Order: sequence, then C-alpha cells, then structure tokens
Amino acid sequence: MAIEVRIPTILRNYTDGAKAVEGGGATLDELFTDLEGRHPGLRDRLVDDKGLRRFVNVYLNDEDVRFLGGLETKVSDGDTVTVLPAVAGG
Amino acid sequence: MLMIERAIVDQIIAHARADHPDEACGVVAGPIGSDRPTRFVRMANAERSPTFYRFDSMEQFQVWKEMDDRDEEPVVIYHSHTATEAYPSRTDVSYASEPNAHYVLVSTREADETEFRSYRIVDGEITEEEVSIVEAGESDSVN
Repeated sequence: MAIEVRIPTILRNYTDGAKAVEGGGATLDELFTDLEGRHPGLRDRLVDDKGLRRFVNVYLNDEDVRFLGGLETKVSDGDTVTVLPAVAGG
Repeated sequence: MLMIERAIVDQIIAHARADHPDEACGVVAGPIGSDRPTRFVRMANAERSPTFYRFDSMEQFQVWKEMDDRDEEPVVIYHSHTATEAYPSRTDVSYASEPNAHYVLVSTREADETEFRSYRIVDGEITEEEVSIVEAGESDSVN
C-alpha cells in the first residue's frame, strides 16, 4: 500500500498525464519530496519557501490540510491526498 | 464557442445581481470534453469582497468530487465584476487554473443591463469566444 495523490489537469504535465500517482512518507512534506524524485518540478508548484502555496488546496482524505498541520500533516499508507488549484480571481 | 441554455444564463445573472456589490462565483458542470454545460452550481465567495473571489476550499472539494463521480468537469467557471467591465482582470489571469474551462464574466456595474461574456484563459493568454444562448432541449444556436 502507498499514498494515492490525485493530480489536477493543470499539473498533469508533471505526471505524464496521470490523474493519480503514488508516493510514500510520514508527512505531507516527505510525500511531496518523494514525488519530486519521479515527477521533477511538481513540488515547486505545490510548495514555496513559506510552505504550501496560497492558491493550491491540498486535502488529506476529506479534509483541507490547512486545518490539519499544513506540510507537517501526518500521512500514512492507504490515505488519499487530493491537490486542487484554488479557483480565485478579482 | 460556448453553448449555454438561457435558463442557466438567467441563474448566473440572478446570482450576480443578488450578491452585488460583492463578487458572485460558481460553476456550470457538464460532460467531460463538452462545450455545453448542464448543471448550475452556485458557490460561496469565501472572500465576500467587491474586488476578489475565491471558492470556499471545502465546498470546492465536495463539488469537484461530485463532478468526478458523474464524469463531469467545470465546463464554465463564472464570476462577476461589480464595478468594471466583464473582461478578465490581471488577477483572473494569474489564478486561472482550469485550462479546459470557459471563464464566464458577468458585469453588474449597470443596474439595468448585465454584460455576459466568455473567455478561454490558457498559459496567461485571454481569448474571448462567442456565446450561443439556446432554449432548453434545443441543439442549435438562436442567440
């Protein structure tokens, strides 16, 4: 078992078009670092030097990780992580 | 080209009018790959602002999951401008993140007239497109 990460359309150029990829790690931060090894450039679209990018929503199972622990949120095998770009504008 | 039923256009405009002077936002879902959306979904503007909008993250998650289960996508993503024309702002372009969506802009700056326009926004580039408004069940354009 691994952690399933669901990728939005706009980031599928980093995953050869795959809608979902798998990875491992104890925290979201480790998971994103693990994914970066196979999908170079992906991490940079999710994280900046202050943490999760402001206009990217990341959900662990059914919860927004901003209300959990952000990048330090604990993850484990069997979890599903969903990435959705925020829909926003002016 | 965006083909959209008059009843859905009316719902979008009614939402924009109801929330004026704050910006209103939402999606119209439709089958994946389609240019004719079918299911109107009014969303909360988490910013409750006259100059900015952002979908509530949990509501977005639920709505996106529902679309996924129904083999739908956000064919239209709409929002209103309440003091300026119905043309994408710089902010709209920088956050546009659904390359397959028709971005509908509605302007409620005039009390008696509502501008309704549609755009593609891909890689920072805005392309306006024709909007064909059809009656329910109709397959061809009447505009």
